[in-house]
Amino acid sequence: MNETALLINTALASGTTLALAALGLLINERAGVLNLGAEGMMLVAAVAGFAAALLTGSDTLGFLAAAAAGAALAAVFGVLVIFLNTNQYATGLALSLFGYGFSAFVGVAMVGKSLSPREQVAIPVLSDLPFVGPALFSHHPMVYVAMALTAAIAWFFYRTRSGLLLRAIGENPEPAHALGYPVRAIRMAAVCAGGALCGLAGAYISLVTAPLWVEGLTAGRGWIALALTVFATWRPARALLGAYLFGGVTVLQLNLQAQGVQISSHLLTMLPYVATIVVLALISRNTAFIRLNMPASLGKPFRPGS
Amino acid sequence: MLKLEARAAPSQWMTVASPLLALLLTALVAALILAGIGQDPLAGLRVLFIEPLTGRRQISEVLLKATPLIVIALGLAVCYRANVWNIGAEGQFLLGCVGAGGMAIWLTTQGIVLPKIVGIPLVLLAGMLGGLLWAALVALLRDRFNANEILVSLMLVYVAQQVVNALVFGPWKDPQGFNMPQSVGFHASLHLPPLLERTRLHIGFVIAIVLALVVTLFLFRSFRGFQLQVGGLAPAAARYAGFSARSALWTALLLSGALAGLAGAMEVAGPTKQVTPYLSTGLGFTAIIVCFVGRLNPLGIVAAGVLLSLMLIGGELAQSRLGLPNAMASVLQGLLLLILLACDTFIHQRLRWMPSRKSSNKAVA
Amino acid sequence: MSTALRLELTGISKQYPAVKANDRVSLRVKPGEIHAVLGENGAGKSTLMKVIYGAVQPDEGAIHFDGRPVRVASPAMARALGISMVYQHFSLFDTLTVAQNVWLGLDKSLALPEVTARIREVATGYGLDVEPERPVHTLSVGERQRVEIVRALLTKPKLLILDEPTSVLTPQAVDKLFVVLRRLADEGTSILYISHKLDEIRALCHHCTVLRGGKVTGEVDPTQESNASLSRLMIGAEPPALKHDTQHTAGPVAMAVQRLSLPTADPFGVALDGIALELRSGEILGIAGVSGNGQQELMAALSGEDVRAPAGSITLFGQDIARLPPQRRRALGLHFVPEERLGRGAVPTLSLAENTLLTRSAGIGRGGWLAPGEVAALARKLIDRFQVKAGGPGAAARSLSGGNLQKFLVGREIDAAPKVLIVAQPTWGVDVGAAALIRGELLALRDAGCAVLVVSEELDELFEISDRLVVIARGRLSPALPAAEATVEQIGTWMSGLWDAATVTASEGRHAEA
Repeated sequence: MNETALLINTALASGTTLALAALGLLINERAGVLNLGAEGMMLVAAVAGFAAALLTGSDTLGFLAAAAAGAALAAVFGVLVIFLNTNQYATGLALSLFGYGFSAFVGVAMVGKSLSPREQVAIPVLSDLPFVGPALFSHHPMVYVAMALTAAIAWFFYRTRSGLLLRAIGENPEPAHALGYPVRAIRMAAVCAGGALCGLAGAYISLVTAPLWVEGLTAGRGWIALALTVFATWRPARALLGAYLFGGVTVLQLNLQAQGVQISSHLLTMLPYVATIVVLALISRNTAFIRLNMPASLGKPFRPGS
Repeated sequence: MLKLEARAAPSQWMTVASPLLALLLTALVAALILAGIGQDPLAGLRVLFIEPLTGRRQISEVLLKATPLIVIALGLAVCYRANVWNIGAEGQFLLGCVGAGGMAIWLTTQGIVLPKIVGIPLVLLAGMLGGLLWAALVALLRDRFNANEILVSLMLVYVAQQVVNALVFGPWKDPQGFNMPQSVGFHASLHLPPLLERTRLHIGFVIAIVLALVVTLFLFRSFRGFQLQVGGLAPAAARYAGFSARSALWTALLLSGALAGLAGAMEVAGPTKQVTPYLSTGLGFTAIIVCFVGRLNPLGIVAAGVLLSLMLIGGELAQSRLGLPNAMASVLQGLLLLILLACDTFIHQRLRWMPSRKSSNKAVA
Repeated sequence: MSTALRLELTGISKQYPAVKANDRVSLRVKPGEIHAVLGENGAGKSTLMKVIYGAVQPDEGAIHFDGRPVRVASPAMARALGISMVYQHFSLFDTLTVAQNVWLGLDKSLALPEVTARIREVATGYGLDVEPERPVHTLSVGERQRVEIVRALLTKPKLLILDEPTSVLTPQAVDKLFVVLRRLADEGTSILYISHKLDEIRALCHHCTVLRGGKVTGEVDPTQESNASLSRLMIGAEPPALKHDTQHTAGPVAMAVQRLSLPTADPFGVALDGIALELRSGEILGIAGVSGNGQQELMAALSGEDVRAPAGSITLFGQDIARLPPQRRRALGLHFVPEERLGRGAVPTLSLAENTLLTRSAGIGRGGWLAPGEVAALARKLIDRFQVKAGGPGAAARSLSGGNLQKFLVGREIDAAPKVLIVAQPTWGVDVGAAALIRGELLALRDAGCAVLVVSEELDELFEISDRLVVIARGRLSPALPAAEATVEQIGTWMSGLWDAATVTASEGRHAEA
């Protein structure tokens, strides 16, 4: 494979986790709910998916188990934040901290175990195209799922009435409530859907990228995904692109380390996190732009009948 | 059908009962988990919650671990009350270790021996400076670029971990250390004086208590503290009053950074007495839980710090005595916070049973 | 069944934690009747409407619609019955277009292009000027109300509820609205018209139910009643008359604004364009205007919450304060009472004592240490002097009623003996007694030599207390008029920005008309 094509291939593969998580968080945030528990959900889902795949030998069941785990945790978060009106920041943090401990606890039995490396699936004909073929069309199925989901979510947001309603609720839930829509139920659905996607993201690491389980496997990807939603100004296509860019940065620093480049490996490991900070700073600088694009009710509690 | 409705005034009873209720429920879940994995629930609970309080040495360990938790959480309380969401205390703690460690290593390798009354404050101040500067980065990015402080401070945690690694595997590696990644041991003049003989408890604990009083005064008796809290409670009111949001941001972050740094300094000058790659144990994150369980109140934080330290020690005991995974304590802490957040909502709300209304069929006059 | 009542409520009651909002209320509305629900703020009108519209369930009582007993369990059910509501606030999504908003407000699954076409149809049919493609945040408040009405009309309602519809309209726009409403009534639609404006009710409505303290105090034909008799039913007494000191002349200029132009910081805000005014000691200058024409932005520039004003554009006794923060302006004698009480004028969860620290310095010692005793003493003084009904200085700000909190906040600034006092919406959402007290205090302040600037959407109030009037429209300020010479019609025209016809193009004028 051509060098650059290989780079793109691995960037896409590496960025898929971020893409899935960012898409999930996007759905959450478009509905007005900020879920800081992404990291926790991804970890629990990663261990759940790994355990399921280990036990049954089926990746599909692994991913399904992960999605269910993610959605379940998200549901707990949703009940607290949407129905009991707890502080969204604190509850999300609590969820992440809990998820970290819980995944470590449950995963103790599986530390050190690993699955056989997953194969890429080459799409017939398209994968034979020069350069583009190996770059874009020879991937693990989940990579294609992420792309398909991006398109589906974009279509949902911008072409359907339910998507319009969701975005409207994210702007301001009061009018929606006045019109009689079940705002809280809709937000709950968004939160659970987001949780399921974060679950898939977590499982992708433990089943495909690694594939093994250790404590803290996700290494901050959940937080980076949160930054990505800002970077993408809450648009699905941009989230996908941003995820791949970050995937590229991660892959780049791994390659550089492997090639024994004369930069301290520690500095290289820092790279994705520093990049996140830089990107956040650049994109947030234009406050008017952010305010125009950010769902206005993000993070604010909603109390019907007040 | 059950409905949630607002109370006319916050419930006094619930304000006190909520943390106790949360603790009880957490213990209940712990018992269930223990039963679930085949352990005797009561024995397990005893080891987790009671054992660490038996005996002088155990208690000293609890107070020892509580010290950095309290110090960090005090700074976080100021931040959260000002609505500045500093999540990166772990990173500021590490940079405190680096700052203090750097000073101590330099003094030790240069052969400079200072009287304890000079050397130790110097090391502690260096640590505070390290933490403060790390938090200043967060403040700068939020002030100049409007970058979300939650994400920036968190990313800086991962960066801080690599900074420690780079130093300890590189320039700070002890040449006489058999190539192990660790720094030279600090000179004895730079070790924190012990508080209790034959234990590891040092004066840091006293410093923590004093700081709790200082922060109490700051928050509730100073105009500055009042301004910070108004900024957190009602930003529009703060703007109306003319309280500077920028000044509140910097004050909160620099203060919490300095306190987290101090905790880091106390950790390396206290129990560890050197810089190693194993300093990052999640204290900065546990401190967040301490802060909330303590209701963002300094006195509550002292109690919560002891409680969570108790659970951490209990977790270690459970690992060595019962073979339970160490992460058990972590799970319970996260659970405690979640349950507490849920219980706390009933201070301002309550559940009511609303029977479905039957429409009356009165005849129209 | 032409004699069946369109809507009948019998014995409706609703209890909230702190107050009984509705107490065995009965209401009878005939088909094609315009029925007013009259009551002052806090009388229970909103709650009653929420019950009819299904947003709230009553604790007891019965509802009959077209003769049949019904239970309105949700707004969707209300819409299915043919009940439609035009809200005072909170019913449109700013970032979406008119068509998208209407689309979301309809139950059936029509496609967006179809909805757009129907909007144009209905709008032209009733003479309501509405453009479906425009984003709602670009619309004036009056235009938004038209969108709400069109949305309601698209559901072909049998009962249309309008909640305080004219508080956001110029007098001319009010007349146009009445034309539409009368036509609807002639076509058989019943209309429930909620208001506290006696003149309008007497001009428009066939029948009127009066609420006071949650109970019905009368069911009358408003055309047979006088303002005095309606007022007696509404508040139990005649409207309080204000003492006017008509013998005074204004003193020297206290605050001067010139060439104040300010771009908007908020993408949805209004830019200020060349604002100029002079405020003299010993006078009350009233700024009239429909909400959304720059009042917020002007207030922020004057109070110091926005310090971007061009240097020299705002002077206080000759001193340039355009770039000074609020504390410095207060030190020079300029105090401000904002229109939002909870969240801006006061912190809801803090006590009244603590809230004094927002703008006063009683109890702040050297080094910034607080003396709680002194702080509480000031609060107690304010509570006594301004007759604030509260649980003491330690009561949380949000535990007070709107009127009492407003008395406290206005009192807090008056007690500081300001040289210039700016007040925004002094009696919005305030009961009649408190409103009278506040207006009285403002007049007394004026008589004592203070310069007072009042921004209000209530024209009656401005006419009552102002010495001079100006109008703000689209970020620009009209010339000033002595109140004695101004007429409602003229002010109404000026509210559309048409005080200087030569500088306003025809199309701008059409859009500016609220």
